[in-house]
Amino acid sequence: MIRFKVNGKEKTFDGDPEMPLLWYLRDVAELTGTKFGCGMALCGACTVHQNGAAIRSCTTPLKEVSGAEITTIEGIAPMHPVQKAWMEIRVPQCGYCQSGQIMQAIALLKKNKNPSDQDIDTAMSGNLCRCGTYQRIRAAIHQAARQTA
Amino acid sequence: MKLIENVSRREFLEGTLATGVFILGARFISEPLWAGGEAPAPALQPNLWMSIAPDGGVTIVAHRTEMGNGIKTSLPIVLADELGANWSRVKVEQALGDPKYGDQETDTSHSVRDFFDLMRQTGAAGRLMLIRAAAAQWSLPPAECDTSEPHFVRHGPSGRKLGFGELAESAAKQPVPGREELKLNPRSAWRYIGKENHHLCDLPDMVNGKARYGIDQTVQGMVYAAVERPAVLGASVKSHDDKEALKVPGVKQTVVIDTFKPPHGHQPTGGVAVIAENTWAAFQGRKKLKVEWDNGSHVGYNSEQFRKTATETARKPGQVIRNIGNVDAAFRNGGTILEAEYYTPHLAHAPMEPPVAVVDVRDGKAYCWAPTQDPQQVQKTLADLLGIKPEDVVCHVTLLGGGFGRKSFQDFVAEAAVLSQKLHQPVKVVWSREDDIRFGYYHPSAVMYLKAAVGRHGKPSAWLQRSVFQGSASTTDADVLYPGQDEIDNGWTDVPYDIPNHRAESGPARANVRIGWLRSVTNVFHAFAVQSFADELAHAAKRDPVQNQLALIGPDRKIDFAGTKYQNYGASLEQYPYDTARLRRVIEMAAEKSGWGKRSADMGFGKGRGMGIAAHRSFLTYVATVVEVEVDSKGQVHIPNVWTTLDAGTVVSPDNIRNQFEGAAVFGTSLALFGEITATNGVIDQSNFNNYPLARMNRAPRHVEVHIVESEAPPAGVGEPGVPPFAPALYNAVFAATGKRVRELPLSKTKLV
Repeated sequence: MIRFKVNGKEKTFDGDPEMPLLWYLRDVAELTGTKFGCGMALCGACTVHQNGAAIRSCTTPLKEVSGAEITTIEGIAPMHPVQKAWMEIRVPQCGYCQSGQIMQAIALLKKNKNPSDQDIDTAMSGNLCRCGTYQRIRAAIHQAARQTA
Repeated sequence: MKLIENVSRREFLEGTLATGVFILGARFISEPLWAGGEAPAPALQPNLWMSIAPDGGVTIVAHRTEMGNGIKTSLPIVLADELGANWSRVKVEQALGDPKYGDQETDTSHSVRDFFDLMRQTGAAGRLMLIRAAAAQWSLPPAECDTSEPHFVRHGPSGRKLGFGELAESAAKQPVPGREELKLNPRSAWRYIGKENHHLCDLPDMVNGKARYGIDQTVQGMVYAAVERPAVLGASVKSHDDKEALKVPGVKQTVVIDTFKPPHGHQPTGGVAVIAENTWAAFQGRKKLKVEWDNGSHVGYNSEQFRKTATETARKPGQVIRNIGNVDAAFRNGGTILEAEYYTPHLAHAPMEPPVAVVDVRDGKAYCWAPTQDPQQVQKTLADLLGIKPEDVVCHVTLLGGGFGRKSFQDFVAEAAVLSQKLHQPVKVVWSREDDIRFGYYHPSAVMYLKAAVGRHGKPSAWLQRSVFQGSASTTDADVLYPGQDEIDNGWTDVPYDIPNHRAESGPARANVRIGWLRSVTNVFHAFAVQSFADELAHAAKRDPVQNQLALIGPDRKIDFAGTKYQNYGASLEQYPYDTARLRRVIEMAAEKSGWGKRSADMGFGKGRGMGIAAHRSFLTYVATVVEVEVDSKGQVHIPNVWTTLDAGTVVSPDNIRNQFEGAAVFGTSLALFGEITATNGVIDQSNFNNYPLARMNRAPRHVEVHIVESEAPPAGVGEPGVPPFAPALYNAVFAATGKRVRELPLSKTKLV
C-alpha cells in the first residue's frame, strides 16, 4: 500500500507500484490536466510537483512518491500569477503542453524569483511545445516574475 | 432561395443551442451564395447555428477543428461581430461531424477563407431580425435602430434599448430576411474582426488544466487498448503468443486486428491489441507480446536507396507541369549554367497529443470522441469498417493536442471502432509516442533538380525544375507513381519568377510507407529548393539576395497559368490571383523590418553570422522571412532573430496570426535543423523525441517578429504559410555565415565546421 497526497488530499494505492504517477493521475485519480507526451521524460507534458519540485510523472513510479506531496495543475490555485501571465500574453495555441509548461515555470519561479533569459532556457528546455510558443512562454515567465516581485 | 433559416422551433437541436429561443441556421452552399434562386435539394439541412437564450446568452457553433489554429474562436467571432453581440456573452459549442455543415476537413488553411462571408451573413440576418423585433415593439422605424451598444438594440433618437435576451423570443418570430435586405457592417464598424481585443475561447481552460482533449475522454465501462502494429506497412499477424501479456495485472485479453486490404486509406494497420483496465497495464502487456509477422512487399524500402533512385529519376525528363518558351533551346544557347540537387527526408507530425480515440459501438451505431481534423471522414471510415451508415456514426470532435495533418487520417479512430465492435464495450485506444513516430502518415521524401542559364545581367534566361516525391494519392491507390495535381502545384507549378524559358516537371516515385500531409505539405520542400536555388543564383551573380528576389519576380503582374492545370488551393484565380505585387511588398517589408542591407553587410560574409531571405506564397498568403543565424565554433546554429512579413488579405485575429507565425518559425526550425524519418528494410528507424528531436526553447529562434500587411483583399490561410520560407531562409543565412551551401534537410547531417 502506497500512501501519498495529491493536491492536499490523502491517497492510497495498492496496485502495481511500478505504475508511473502519470497514469495513476490520469486513469485512476481522473486528474487529466497532466498530459502524456512521450513516456520517457523527454517532453515535459507530464510535469507535476513532488514536494514543490518539478518532476516528470511519466517516469516516476508510484513507489517513489510514497509519503510525498504531489501537486498537479488542478491543485494550482486559479489564477496563479503564472497562469495569469499565460492568459495575458496569450501563450497557448493547442494548449496541450501548457499544463506541463506552467508547472515547470512555477517551480522555476519558486527557486529563482527573477530569472534571466538564460535561466529560463535552462529550466524550460525540457518542455517541448510542437506549436512553438516558446517566445511567449519566456515573455510570460518574465511577466509573472515582475508581478510576484 | 433562403440561405439563412429560422429554426427556432425545430425539435432536433441538442446541447446548449436547444436552450435558446431564437436560433438561426444557414444553408451551406459553396459559392456563389444565393445564386440561382433555387434550393439545390430539399435534403439540405440547416446548419451553422447560432442561438440566443432568454437570458441573453448567445451560443455559436464551431464546425471546424481546433488544434492550435484558433479556428474555434476566429469563425464564431466573425458571426458575433456582425450580430452585434458582446463576445463575453458568447459561448462556443463544437459541432458533431455532419455533412450538413459543409466541409469540416480542417486542413489546407481554408476555414476562414471558405466561411467568412457565410458567418457574416448569418450574423447580419440575426441582427436585422433583432432590430425589427425591437422596432415592432416600440412601433418605431427599424432604420432608426442599431446595435451600437453590444448585445442591445438601441433606438438612436430616443435612446431606448432592449437586450438581446429580451428580444430573443419576438425576434424568432420575425421573417428571415433575404440577402438583398442584409446590410453587412462596414469595416470601420467591426468590433472584433481584425482587432486585438479577444483571445482563444478555450484559453482559461488551457491554463488551468480543464481543457478536454481526445486523450482526456472517458466513457462508462470503457477499457483501454494498446496495439502492437506491424513494423512494415501491410504486414499481417502470422502468429502471436500472449501468455506473458495476460499475466500483467490489469490486462484482460488480446484481440487481433486484421491488416487492411490495399489501398490502406484510413484503415487500421492491423496488429494485436492488448485490452486492459488502464493505459499503463495495456502498455505493459503489449511489451510482453510475442508476434510473428508476414511481411509484404514494403520490406524492401530503404531511405538511402530511395534517395539514389529518386536522384536518378530527377536527372531524367519527367511529366511536364508547366512550360513557357523553350528551355532546351535556351540552354543550348549558353550563358552560365547552374545546376543543383536538393534532398529532403520524410518527416513525422509528432503532435504533442499522440493519436487517441474512444469509440463505443452499440445498437448499430458508433459513438466516437476523437481529436480528429476530419469528423466526416471518421463517419465514412467507420461506416465502411463496421457495415453501418455514415449517419449512424456520431463523431464528437474534442480539442486536439496538435494535429499538423496527422489527425486528418483516421486509422486510430478506426482501431478503436473495430475493437469496440468485437468486444461489445467502449474502447479507448492510446498511442504511445513510439507508435506515433513509427506509424505515421509521413511527409514525402523528395529530390529536386534545378538548372538555370544565367546571362550577363545575372537574370536567368532559362530555368528547369524537376521534383520527385511520393504522392499522398498512394493512400487511395497503392500503385500511383505521380503526385496529385494539388501536391505538384504547391510551390512548384506556381514558381512566380519572370523567366522567358521556364519548365516545371514531376517525376515518378513509389510509396512504401503511408504518405500524408504535414503542415504546408509539399510547399516545405518545394520552397526549400526554389528559394535556395534563387539564393545560389544571387551569389553566383554577386547580387544582393533581396534585389535578386525582386529581379526574379519581375514586374508587378497577375501570373498567367494558361496551359497548366493549376488549382490555386481550390480558389478561383479571379478572386485570388497570384499577384506578384503582393509578394514584392512582403519582401520589401521584411527587408526593411530586418534592417537588411546595413545589418547583413555589417556581418560580412563567412564570418559566423549571416542573414538569409526566402519568400513564398502558399494557401493564398504571401510570406517573406528573414532569418539571422550565428554559427558557433562547434558548428552549432543559433537563431537570434527572425522577421516574417505576411499578406493574408483580411485578417480576423491578428494576435492569433502572430502566434501561428511565431510557431511556424519553431516548426521550421525543427524540420530544418533536426527533422528526419528514415526507413531500413521497411521499418522506421526513429521512435521518440530522443532520435526524432524537435526544437526546444534553447534551440528555437530567440526572437521572432511578425508583421501583417494591412489589406482588404479576401481572407487567406494563416496556419501553414509561415512554414515554407523558414528552412530556405535559414539555409541561406547559414551560407552567408559560413560560405557552405547545404542542399539537404536537416542541417544536423552536415558538419559546418
